[in-house]
Amino acid sequence: MKSLGSFRRKFAPWNDPEAKPYISFENVTKKFGDFTAVDDLSLTIYNREFFALLGASGCGKSTLLRMLAGFEEPTSGRILLDGQDLRGIPPYKRPVNMMFQSYALFPHMTVEGNIAFGLRQDGMPKNEIEARVAEMLKLVKLEQFAKRKPHQLSGGQRQRVALARCVAKRPKVLLLDEPLGALDKKLREETQFELMDLQMKLGLTFVVVTHDQEEAMTMADRIAVMDKGKVKQVATPAEVYEAPNSKFVADFIGNVNMFEGTVSTVVPGKVDINVPADKITIRTDATRDCSAGQPVGFAIRPEKIRLSRKEPADTSINAAHGELYDIAYFGDMTVFHVRLESGRIIKAASLNAVRTVDNPLGYDDMVWVNFDTDAGILLTA
Amino acid sequence: MQKLIASVVSRLVISVPYLWMLIFFLIPFIIVFKISLSQVTMAIPPYTPTIDIWAGWQGFINSISQFSWDNYVFLGSDPLYVKAYISSVIIAGISTFLTLLVGYPIAYGMARAPATVRSTLLMLVILPFWTSFLIRVYAWIGILKPEGLLNQFLIWANVIDTPLNILNTNTAVLIGIVYSYLPFLVLPIYSTLEKMDYSLVEAAEDLGCPPITAFWKITFPLSLPGVVAGCFLVFIPAVGEFVIPDLLGGSETLMIGKTLWNEFSANRDWPLSSAVAVVLLALLVVPIVLFQRSEAKAQESEK
Repeated sequence: MKSLGSFRRKFAPWNDPEAKPYISFENVTKKFGDFTAVDDLSLTIYNREFFALLGASGCGKSTLLRMLAGFEEPTSGRILLDGQDLRGIPPYKRPVNMMFQSYALFPHMTVEGNIAFGLRQDGMPKNEIEARVAEMLKLVKLEQFAKRKPHQLSGGQRQRVALARCVAKRPKVLLLDEPLGALDKKLREETQFELMDLQMKLGLTFVVVTHDQEEAMTMADRIAVMDKGKVKQVATPAEVYEAPNSKFVADFIGNVNMFEGTVSTVVPGKVDINVPADKITIRTDATRDCSAGQPVGFAIRPEKIRLSRKEPADTSINAAHGELYDIAYFGDMTVFHVRLESGRIIKAASLNAVRTVDNPLGYDDMVWVNFDTDAGILLTA
Repeated sequence: MQKLIASVVSRLVISVPYLWMLIFFLIPFIIVFKISLSQVTMAIPPYTPTIDIWAGWQGFINSISQFSWDNYVFLGSDPLYVKAYISSVIIAGISTFLTLLVGYPIAYGMARAPATVRSTLLMLVILPFWTSFLIRVYAWIGILKPEGLLNQFLIWANVIDTPLNILNTNTAVLIGIVYSYLPFLVLPIYSTLEKMDYSLVEAAEDLGCPPITAFWKITFPLSLPGVVAGCFLVFIPAVGEFVIPDLLGGSETLMIGKTLWNEFSANRDWPLSSAVAVVLLALLVVPIVLFQRSEAKAQESEK
């Protein structure tokens, strides 16, 4: 079988049955009154991993992070860090440090004072503190801002001070709550790579909470997609994108065309799905077990759909005819919305690999969409 | 035309506080200051010279020439007044400190209370203002007197055998001031604490601070503006306080407000009591202005 389109470094302790998890959530439940924020959740994170908790607001991802930091205690279940049960250990005794969404920089202290705060708390000798602070300032490139107060810094500089402050203590685990949320787009992209470099350089375990899927995909080794206090899927960014395990994940991550139908025939290696609503038949690789008559879903990403004026050779499967309804030009790519006879809109994206095109597609053109049998994902959940 | 009206209106609106200060502070102050430079006589009004606007310019000059600093010289030479000023400042200082000890935890508790009960707590702090200040101070007589509620309770609880003698001592004055001025201290501290971002405290704990250390290193320094404002609101009126030392204090209680009242009503010495008031104002205003200057400078340098 072909492998997924991943180009990552070879770091995959989660595939190694011998590897010991560094952080484990074991059947953790957290209730606030009647509201269940985290629901019987189990999760393992490995040493030196860059792990992202991804989900919409209110899905329980921040609560999970706060439980790891010690600001909340689980209602039931337990959290282990390096084999140690964290229950009852207050935040100030945990070997983890958190970067707050608001940065929570102490406004009455200078940049230096902020970075040195945790070190002073540990009773580190003065000259060592000075050396460490200088090292941290260099790491985040803020040497000339040491004497400034937080309100005299820009958003990006504040973010870096917050980062330096929680890295200074050399924690075992760094928790980041929406670390890039307050930055503008350009700065966010730069900072993503800085964070990744930093994590590699320091060899720390990072747990990042984010609602921004691009951010999670770019930075993380693995992503946990969360919904209503539960983990829907834990996988590498490529797996989450190319092989989502459920309609929720397929829909949540990226753009997708989702079809609902029933299995008509199962031939070895292939499955045919009838989609009566749009009068099309889909043939796809049998990546999941299913039987004839079973209702299933089929998800296909816009960039995996071909668009042409010419009628494809075989129009009986994986093909549909429709009118070009909307064109969204993004520069690097264009997303076409094709309206089928049923009224259904199919999104197809194409890369603008060349600068000039003869006879480009335009509004109201009649076009064919088609795709290969390995282009989409069969979903039974 | 419309523009002109608008600018006149806006100037009027801006001038309201200045007019207020002029009419209700500056002019009365000038009158008091003028009286403080006069001499006491048996007349109505009981001082001389009086300025007779019908006497013309020469009359005015004549009146001015009779002004003297005698009253101020007298204040400085009589140890009674010096002592009264010092004692007032000490009593006000101690009671401000005690009010802070009582008020800060209250403000802190209110700011950390669930948002739903906060407005109720705020109401409870303001509620005593709905009863007359005088009645509330009188009520303390009933509580503190030898056969009062406090002594009855302590004897019943077997803490003491003989009643404590609290009423008509400086202790009673301190209790009265702390009680009366508590809201003035609680409210400004509450408002700074309530505005504070709680994640700062969490960040401090995350970086290794036990909660108490986090309080002293983060919460308290950040609430200082409220603490300073609250302390001034207690200290300034407490220095000149008259009702509380008069009702709860005894012969040992020497406060400038009481002295002023004695000079004014019992001795009918308006010029001297005016001088007492002017000196009191100067004593209070000078340090406040200096303090505000340094605050403004500190803020300026931060920018």
